[in-house]
Amino acid sequence: MRFLFKTDYDQDIRLAKHGGQRFWYGLLLLALLAAPWLVPEYWLAQLTFVLIYGIVGLGLMLLAGFTGLFSMGHAAFLGVGAYTQAALCGLGWPFPLALACAAALSAAAGLLVGLPALRVKGIYLGMATLSFGFIVEEVFARWESVTGGNAGKHVQAPDFFGWKADSAESFYFVCLVIAVASTLGILNLLRSPTGRAFVAIRDSEISAQSMGIHLARYKSLSFALSAALAGMGGALYAHKLQFISPDQFDILQSIDLLLMIVIGGLGSVHGAFLGALFLISMPQVIALSKDSLPDAIAQAPGLQGLVYGVVLIAFVLFEPLGLYGRWLKVRTWLQMFPFYRKGMFKRQKSFQKSDRLK
Amino acid sequence: MQFVQLLISGVSQGCIYGLIALGFVLIYKATETVSFAQGELMMLGAFCGLGLMTVLGFPFWLAVPATLVAMGLFGIVLERAVVRPILGQPAFSVVMLTIGIGYVLRGLVTMIPNIGTDTHTLPVPYKDLSLSLGGLVLNAEQAVVIAATAVLCGGLFAMFRYSKLGIAMQAASQNQLAAYYMGIPVKRLNGLVWGLAAAVASVAGLLLAPITFVHANMGFIGLKAFPAAVVGGFGSLPGAIVGGLVIGIVESLSGFYLPEGFKDIAAYIVVLLMLMVKPNGLFGDKLRKKV
Repeated sequence: MRFLFKTDYDQDIRLAKHGGQRFWYGLLLLALLAAPWLVPEYWLAQLTFVLIYGIVGLGLMLLAGFTGLFSMGHAAFLGVGAYTQAALCGLGWPFPLALACAAALSAAAGLLVGLPALRVKGIYLGMATLSFGFIVEEVFARWESVTGGNAGKHVQAPDFFGWKADSAESFYFVCLVIAVASTLGILNLLRSPTGRAFVAIRDSEISAQSMGIHLARYKSLSFALSAALAGMGGALYAHKLQFISPDQFDILQSIDLLLMIVIGGLGSVHGAFLGALFLISMPQVIALSKDSLPDAIAQAPGLQGLVYGVVLIAFVLFEPLGLYGRWLKVRTWLQMFPFYRKGMFKRQKSFQKSDRLK
Repeated sequence: MQFVQLLISGVSQGCIYGLIALGFVLIYKATETVSFAQGELMMLGAFCGLGLMTVLGFPFWLAVPATLVAMGLFGIVLERAVVRPILGQPAFSVVMLTIGIGYVLRGLVTMIPNIGTDTHTLPVPYKDLSLSLGGLVLNAEQAVVIAATAVLCGGLFAMFRYSKLGIAMQAASQNQLAAYYMGIPVKRLNGLVWGLAAAVASVAGLLLAPITFVHANMGFIGLKAFPAAVVGGFGSLPGAIVGGLVIGIVESLSGFYLPEGFKDIAAYIVVLLMLMVKPNGLFGDKLRKKV
């Protein structure tokens, strides 16, 4: 077992709590840096997708997991970022500038959606974001001069002032740099007063308000940051697929994103990436297991949905903290061996109270 | 004249939205959670009726009550098996859970060989009948929808207003712990509500089947019923119907007078405006916590 002796207040907000963490995250970073030489091209592409979805997941995690605001239309922000990037790169803008614009435009859209969020909560907020998602999808399909409509739009390779990241390996590194930067950014944000304010709002709006937290400002900020990350993810997504069409940003994509962070583990930064790993690897697993299933099941178009549904139900019922929560339990078991007790992570019995009376 | 005809078709479409929204409101009013599986329950109800009539050869008038009973039992079993274990947890868990249930139901239906992936028509006796009155035409299917919606809404409203059961359900949703203290069997009530909601959903499915078709993705219409529930105020049964009518009429008028594309998103624009102007909906009760 490891005992941490606290001799300094700075220890509480240090990013790496002890040497072990520094070692393992360093190793992970090394492995990710070496990945293009270690894994075949197909798996590198999947890894790139994991990084992209991880960035989007970070944004949604900030909003849903840390501020307690659930967005059911997050694919719309993804789409805003993707189309902005596609349009600007089509005009010949350099990649970093276009990316910044995509993030800024998504953030603006997030602020816009955040406006009703200041007045409504719970399911009403879900409804507002869901409606926004549908409207944006329709705009993508109808605004043909910019988006190419339902026929879709091609996206050029990222262009860094002359150097083009057009190979799979170079684009992987672009994604890796952005993913690491945004992860560090989120971690930093969460240990700053702003991040603490988000968590306070999640835990209780009334207490947060009485501690002097300006609810409207912080909720809008959370929406904007979350949308900006989703927009950046969308921009990378557009470059990776090289072709975007409105149906990639529909309600199913939004629900996939929600599913990703719930399965990854709400309220943990790890959860965003674990969820992305799940979301990307699941179709492969299903495809592999198709050979050993009877024909009626294997050929059914709803097989993937069924598996997602079952996994989602199982996580909500048995592991509400998601994959990260499961890892926490395994880690605690290993650290405390043989003194782990069964009830250590037991869910507290709670009684629901009406939202209407809050 | 054309305007009136548009209104009529809007009303009948709106009644379907209202009918599905009734299911949402029912669950929300009694358990303060939102079921995203309502559309899929509706789809399952339609398939259940179809199976009874085509495979087992039931006549229509026997198939309908049989479907209602079967779906009601299914709702109760569903609640017992997956919803009850997380009773009392935050509402968002239930939302994710019901999204999962919806995925599973849709996936399972597509796995029925030869039936699940096709579109079917439900053989109803009142097909192809229509009432015409001075140049206005009302299909019998639409008339049945309107009548059934009115009856169901009235019955449920009376139950929540006047019966002990309904009042107990409202109490359980407002404060679970206090409801336990008052001797209300909260768990059993929740099971009952889910059964009732599944039965209402299957009514919607059976009524919708002659107008659209029966297929695995028909549950997506549930996404249009959400705006209806929100516009009416989520906790109000008559509100669900009025919200459904508003959405239906706006949709039908915007499909005719506005450029193409507005028809599909009219409902969502209405609901966004509603949330900005009057977040509690038309009939939502304004409650304030007194400190």
